[in-house]
Amino acid sequence: MGGYLGSYATLGLLLAVGVLFFLVAMTANRLLRTNRPSAAKSTTYECGLDPVGGDWAQAQIRYYVYAYLYVLFAVEAVFLFPWAVIFDDPGFGMTAVVEMGIFVGVLALGLLYAWRKRVLQWT
Amino acid sequence: MNGFTIATPAQVLAIDVRLPDLDYAAMAPMLVLFGAACLGVLVDAFAPRQSRHTIQFALSFIALTVALLAVIREARVGSRELTADVALAIDGPTLFLQGTLAVLGIVALLLVGERALEKGGPFVSQAAIPVGSEADRRQAREEGATEVFPLTLFALSGMMLFVAANDLLTMFVALEVFSLPLYLLCALARRRRLVSQEAALKYFLLGAFASAFFIFGMALLYGFAGTVSFGGIHDAALLATTSPLLLFTGLAMVAVGLLFKIAAVPFHVWTPDVYQGAPTSVTAFMAACTKVAAFGGLLRVLYVAFDRARWDIEPVIGTIAILTMLVGAILAVTQTDIKRLLAYSSIANAGYLLVGALAFSKEGLSSAMFYLAAYGFTVIAAFAVITLVRDDDGEATHLSRWAGLGREAPLVAGVFTFLMLAFAGIPLTSGFTSKFAVFGAALGVGEAWPVALVIVGVVTSMILAFPYLRVVVMMWLSEPAEQSPTVAIPGAFTSAALMVGVLATLLLGVFPSPVLDLADRAAEFIR
Repeated sequence: MGGYLGSYATLGLLLAVGVLFFLVAMTANRLLRTNRPSAAKSTTYECGLDPVGGDWAQAQIRYYVYAYLYVLFAVEAVFLFPWAVIFDDPGFGMTAVVEMGIFVGVLALGLLYAWRKRVLQWT
Repeated sequence: MNGFTIATPAQVLAIDVRLPDLDYAAMAPMLVLFGAACLGVLVDAFAPRQSRHTIQFALSFIALTVALLAVIREARVGSRELTADVALAIDGPTLFLQGTLAVLGIVALLLVGERALEKGGPFVSQAAIPVGSEADRRQAREEGATEVFPLTLFALSGMMLFVAANDLLTMFVALEVFSLPLYLLCALARRRRLVSQEAALKYFLLGAFASAFFIFGMALLYGFAGTVSFGGIHDAALLATTSPLLLFTGLAMVAVGLLFKIAAVPFHVWTPDVYQGAPTSVTAFMAACTKVAAFGGLLRVLYVAFDRARWDIEPVIGTIAILTMLVGAILAVTQTDIKRLLAYSSIANAGYLLVGALAFSKEGLSSAMFYLAAYGFTVIAAFAVITLVRDDDGEATHLSRWAGLGREAPLVAGVFTFLMLAFAGIPLTSGFTSKFAVFGAALGVGEAWPVALVIVGVVTSMILAFPYLRVVVMMWLSEPAEQSPTVAIPGAFTSAALMVGVLATLLLGVFPSPVLDLADRAAEFIR
């Protein structure tokens, strides 16, 4: 388990076991089950309902606001986590708190604007 | 796990963390604009609809004035320093271009704030609503959208950061800060919504590609130099013993991002569509201020980071400059829409600016900066005239509609004639002095490439004079069309913008020495 790539050996082993498990399970399944295909069985499975209509679906455009806000705050969280770990360590202190305050404040400004413009209401 | 250690968090913290020195006085122009833009968002969210326009305009105007004063103060102190570690360079070109941006920003703001020409102003509030939907028709009827002001301020703060940025990372952030508001601004036209949105989408997609090139180039340059600061790249280029392949590939990709912003051929294809589709006051803003910012950034990259590689990059960027001048001038001849004509003219002007930039001398730098200021005033005034020539559908931008305008509105046609002559580079206008300065700087170097560029520059100037003079002839000598557009009486803001633009064009043509001296004294980068 030495050498540069040694620490990857565990990962490789796990990967191999995973693939093996999948193969064994699916093969056992195939060998043990009965096989009687019919037309109804080979249609697309859609929660037990008959599939109707085309496969071209339109997403409601209103989702984009939520997607957008989600991305915004996901990115904010990415920066908040490392900050939360170190902000009270020596050398950081008040400056780090103020800087993060400005960062979060600017983002909150956007949310405030969206709220006031009623973008967050569904109807 | 031998020979490969990873620092634990405790070890990382053991490294002495010190904040870089921040010179707040030098950063004041950008901070003021950014703060005012944030305040503007709040105003838009909370102020009553009737008073929003007044508050927003006053806020933006005051912010830009304060920013200008802060720049002037810094210039008086004579600051020459790197601040925020080495991320920002406060030197002559930075201060000159920031001052130019502030002044041009104020003039453009006057156009943006004009409400007399169209009831409720020429903007809507939401860019992304599908055209033709009920919501879009409603917002086109609704009056008083003021989102345009904070967006303009955000863009300007980004531009000021862009010309001061002294490393690629800061430059990239600034690039995005000023690009994203511009994409949105393009889509805010109240009339011809579809064309406006199309312009914004094209600008956004191509701009995103250009940004991607920039950031990829940045990664390669980091791989070469081990730093993203311009001074570091310069030193690495000087001392490196390894193959410069990464350096040149990185530079090429960074240059793609920058040349896209200045609309150089072959990265110019967005320009006519965007200039045409965007609201005219926004087009004026882009044509003047974006050009200043993008060229400021390009000049700094070329002069500070790649000074040592100039012999290698001169043929490439020189070829681009020649193409830019030729394509801009020749395609301007074929245009039938006045906004597209000015777009191609703006492309050709980017070529002339590149001639100055490629001189790689103090004169080249100062003449390019002078050119940027002079061109900005003229182009804002020209677009201001375009906002005045209107019919029932808004602005009448097709050239045939301008026939016989001289008879109906001699004053406006006279002003536009003067501006066209300035673009054509007739003496006693700023167009002449700035072209003279740029070509003179290139000839002063006395090498093959600059001289070749000047020859192409002079030839294309002659080609380019034709479309300008055709507009003039059309306005004064043609019979008016059946349903000729009316010339709206300009409101106070447009009049002021027009007057500033025309006066600056005249003064910089007749009496250019104060500004030329100023540019000359400012023309020194620090590293």
